[in-house]
Amino acid sequence: MMPAEYFLAHIWMIPLFPLAGAALMLLIGRRLPNRAVSAVCVGSVFLSMCFAFGAIWQLIARPAADRLVSFNLFDWVPAGAMHTNAGNLMDLHVPWGVLMDPLTAVMLLVVTGVGFLIHVYSIGYMGHEGGYYRFFGYMNLFMFSMLTLVLANNLLLLFVGWEGVGLCSYLLIGFYFLRKSASDAGKKAFIVNRIGDAGFLLGLFLMLGTLGTIQFTELGPAITAGHFEFGNGTLTAIALLLFVGATGKSAQLPLYVWLPDAMEGPTPVSALIHAATMVTAGVYMIARTNAVFSMAPRALEVVAVVGCVTSLFAATMGLVQNDIKRVLAYSTVSQLGYMFLACGVGAYTAGVFHLMAHAFFKALLFLGSGSVIHSLSGEQDMRKMGALWTKVPTTARTFVVASIAIAGIPPLAGFFSKDAILGHAFEHSPVLWLLGFITAGMTAFYMFRLVNMTFFGKSRVDHEVEHHIHESPSAMTVPLTILAALSVVGGWVGWPESLGGSDRFAQFLAPVMAQHGEETAAAASSINSMEYLLMALSVAIAAGGIWLAYRLYIQRPEMPEKIAASSGFLYRLLYRKYYMDEIYDAMFVNRTKDLALTLGAFDRNVIDGLGVDGSGWLTRFTSRVSMWWDSWIVDGLVNLAARVVWILSYPVRMLQTGRVSRYALFMLIGVLIFLGYYLRSSGFTLQNLLH
Amino acid sequence: MSLPLQDLCRVAPEIVLCAFAMLVMLLAPIVPRARHGILSTISVLGAGIALAATRFPAMYPGAAYSGLFRADAFSLFVHWIVCGAAFLVILGSTSYLQREDLDAGEFCALILLATAGMGIMAGAQELLTAFIGLEMSSIASYILASYKRDAPRSNEAGMKYFLLGSFATAFFLYGIALFFGASGSTRLDMMTPLANDSARTLLKMGLGFIFVGLAFKVAAAPFHLWAPDVYEGAPAPVTALLSTGPKAATFALALRILADVGAASPLWFWALWVAAVLSMFAGNLAALVQTSLKRMLAYSSVAHAGYILVALATAAATDHAEAGIAAALFYLVGYALVQLGAFLIVAQLGGPGERHVEIEDFAGVARRQPAMAACLSLFLLSLLGLPVTVGFLGKFYVFNAALESNLIWLAILLGLNSVIAAYYYLRVIVAMYMLREPEQEIAAEPVPWTLSLVLWIASMGTVYIGLFPARVIGFAAKAALNMR
Repeated sequence: MMPAEYFLAHIWMIPLFPLAGAALMLLIGRRLPNRAVSAVCVGSVFLSMCFAFGAIWQLIARPAADRLVSFNLFDWVPAGAMHTNAGNLMDLHVPWGVLMDPLTAVMLLVVTGVGFLIHVYSIGYMGHEGGYYRFFGYMNLFMFSMLTLVLANNLLLLFVGWEGVGLCSYLLIGFYFLRKSASDAGKKAFIVNRIGDAGFLLGLFLMLGTLGTIQFTELGPAITAGHFEFGNGTLTAIALLLFVGATGKSAQLPLYVWLPDAMEGPTPVSALIHAATMVTAGVYMIARTNAVFSMAPRALEVVAVVGCVTSLFAATMGLVQNDIKRVLAYSTVSQLGYMFLACGVGAYTAGVFHLMAHAFFKALLFLGSGSVIHSLSGEQDMRKMGALWTKVPTTARTFVVASIAIAGIPPLAGFFSKDAILGHAFEHSPVLWLLGFITAGMTAFYMFRLVNMTFFGKSRVDHEVEHHIHESPSAMTVPLTILAALSVVGGWVGWPESLGGSDRFAQFLAPVMAQHGEETAAAASSINSMEYLLMALSVAIAAGGIWLAYRLYIQRPEMPEKIAASSGFLYRLLYRKYYMDEIYDAMFVNRTKDLALTLGAFDRNVIDGLGVDGSGWLTRFTSRVSMWWDSWIVDGLVNLAARVVWILSYPVRMLQTGRVSRYALFMLIGVLIFLGYYLRSSGFTLQNLLH
Repeated sequence: MSLPLQDLCRVAPEIVLCAFAMLVMLLAPIVPRARHGILSTISVLGAGIALAATRFPAMYPGAAYSGLFRADAFSLFVHWIVCGAAFLVILGSTSYLQREDLDAGEFCALILLATAGMGIMAGAQELLTAFIGLEMSSIASYILASYKRDAPRSNEAGMKYFLLGSFATAFFLYGIALFFGASGSTRLDMMTPLANDSARTLLKMGLGFIFVGLAFKVAAAPFHLWAPDVYEGAPAPVTALLSTGPKAATFALALRILADVGAASPLWFWALWVAAVLSMFAGNLAALVQTSLKRMLAYSSVAHAGYILVALATAAATDHAEAGIAAALFYLVGYALVQLGAFLIVAQLGGPGERHVEIEDFAGVARRQPAMAACLSLFLLSLLGLPVTVGFLGKFYVFNAALESNLIWLAILLGLNSVIAAYYYLRVIVAMYMLREPEQEIAAEPVPWTLSLVLWIASMGTVYIGLFPARVIGFAAKAALNMR
């Protein structure tokens, strides 16, 4: 008989299972057979999932006002006395603590649920690869870090998870480390994330100094207690710095460049880390600290604009890519932009809703693409695919479901979440809505361009590959099917009121966002004809995108080439990703290298040159002066330097003679100096002594 | 009024240590030479029981023997350090003694006796008691330093240590006399109001001399000159003990004087400040140019004494005494773990006769003995103060305490010195992992399980406390509060 709320009381155990799995793999995994590796690692994630689902169930069973569990496991960083910016002395203790509320519940559902499915899928996908234990060890380590991130009840512990997932991302992107492009991509991801993390850390410090707390549940009260006015400059700075961290982790402008390259990693990694979970950590963090963001309208403005522009920008690049995983990577960047747009207009709930829906269908898309790549013996170029519909039936059908979902066709998940975001964006600013709306059309187009090029039309598969085409094993197709089902029904929890639902998802999350969530309240009350119009429009543009893709890639397959040729510059611009990598290389990477080279040159030319060569030049140039110069200044300098060193080292040599009497003498001198100081300071003089 | 039985409980660890020391001494002639391992086992047991016996003073806190001795959270904490150090050193040196063919009985008994002396220093509340503790530990240390009778270096080390130590002891004793003259008591907690100006001068001189004696024991500059020679010459396990236990006990005594004698804080503040800065620079700068790892670690230990003196200066700056004391105690724990481990590794890798203790001899250790290389790297990184290790947090607490008491300059110099130190610690790691092995093969001896156990404890402790410091710093803070 389990005590009531057993799982809620033991949420701290959720990350421990994958941690144990990772420790086992990285210590003795090399000696284990593959079956044992998969049993341990998938089993550990399964246990996490069971505990997580149990906890979610018990949280939902509570009354809505009482859905918050937070407790500290132990005092983790007792940093001691510290002054806040207001001048108060505080005793800083950062606990290792867990927090469970509706927002955590959603993230737990996504991380453990999707994570488990991807682990199962990996059994099939990675079956023939070397380093099987290493792969699963890293994956489990990732699960541990991500769950730590999600369950943390303070920003510092969240940062531990944040860095942990970054590390695992690096390790897994560079999993095929013998391939230079893979190890380069890993390094790129790591370095670009460092830039964001610097912002995160500064934001954390500033928050600690300003509010005196980094506990999530105390942020709102601290802001109230501190009497910060709406739009306070310091709070805005905190919010912006945290957002810098989010742009790094969640691949937003200008730090998105690492994510497309991250596709060098194995496909399950792309699905788990670079689509469903880690990259959404930025969105989660902003939703978590919404108390701060909601007080900083300027920062929110920035978040909204960056999100919106990123979403459009990435979508345009996705239009022309030929690598199946790269299309999906740009799509991920674009969809993450939507989530930030939602947060930026204050609709955190909509952002998290899209996060969840996106996790389902984007994980499915990546896993599906992995299945395609697997069946084509590693081919990733869509120009060498086509007509796979009948050859890999399960993969193809689930893939199409996910594509419909991401395109935003009702009643699949993407429709509801995207529509919620666009609706809120429209209330905030029609311009943001328009950009998001155009992006929606592009999304539908590039997704169905991908579907058509891969599964329909004529086969362009290489001959020798053609014979080996096979549907993937059931370890891969079963997760695909489950994710497809989730992509269909996953959005129904957020069925909006305007369509006869009750938007339970928003109600569920409302307590977390309640303190400043007037946006959600306003949104709930404004059921009007405008909303129907917006919905109709977004469905129409999605359908338009799909139709265009069908027209271009099925009916008139020669057209894309012609269009590309006729709009050469634009096409090249998009195909080369706006030359962003080149621009960054030119602006930052090469400048950093230049700085290093300049310093080196300074060393060689100025220090060596002026000091040594320069003196030689002078010597040659003025022969008579040089005689004098040489013998008096140059030699003099050298001799002087030697002399200075010799003199400076004299005390040391004199001290460390090894002679005891010398040592004693120096002790005595030390004693006299100390005592002399004491006696002086007490006004003691020789006269006193004599009297 | 306290019962004698309770008084006995309050010194239970010392009684256990002395009893086991005598037992080992008595057994030594009886047990045949070939089976001296059993003496080590008994001594390890003794140190372990003494560690467990700290439960008794914890149960009966308070003053013992009419206020000569005091059992409180602070003395308890220091007892853990010194008894733990003795436990680890004896356990870790069993194989060394066999390899060098040294007599285990006297060795272990002396360590136990020295530890008893350190325990007395940790709990002393009266200067003569403290002096007895100091001498117990010192005299045992002199013998231990020259324990390799046939090695000239070891003899030299013992002789130097003895001569200079006696010199310092003379100062210390004279300081006690002056202190008594000024205050009419040698009890630290029973200072009578000073009669007049000349009494004040006497007190100042007394405290000054006491400071010199203590500064010598912890090897703080400018009284550190003996340390490199002694640490280098003494057998490495002895060095491991010398650089941890006595230091902790002496710092404890200094903290006790700071806490109990009101006049000491303003008087000692500048002395501590200067000694801290001198030690940091003297230790680090000299360590930069050493070629012998053992000698480098000796200088580094001078530098670390400087870091701890920063914490003491903070405690003397009165405002945040608790923070300073807690930081010093925490630092001592981390430092003891790491320093012990490092010297024991040197003892093992040095080979028979400790011939291979030059840094260049450590080239390629990572290939010969990967586990040892990893451990030594961890310890060096902790000495350097890298996060995840206990050394980082120790420095952090000292740094933070200094900043909060507005000792900005000390904090800056501490940071600067940490940077300097990075060079010579990393040099060893570079040698172990990146340099080619030396021409003549250095045989990789198998690591005995006792040493493995000690290194396992030390490295786990280094990382565990580095990750989860709350328990230790919490107890250190409690000990610090308890003193006032």
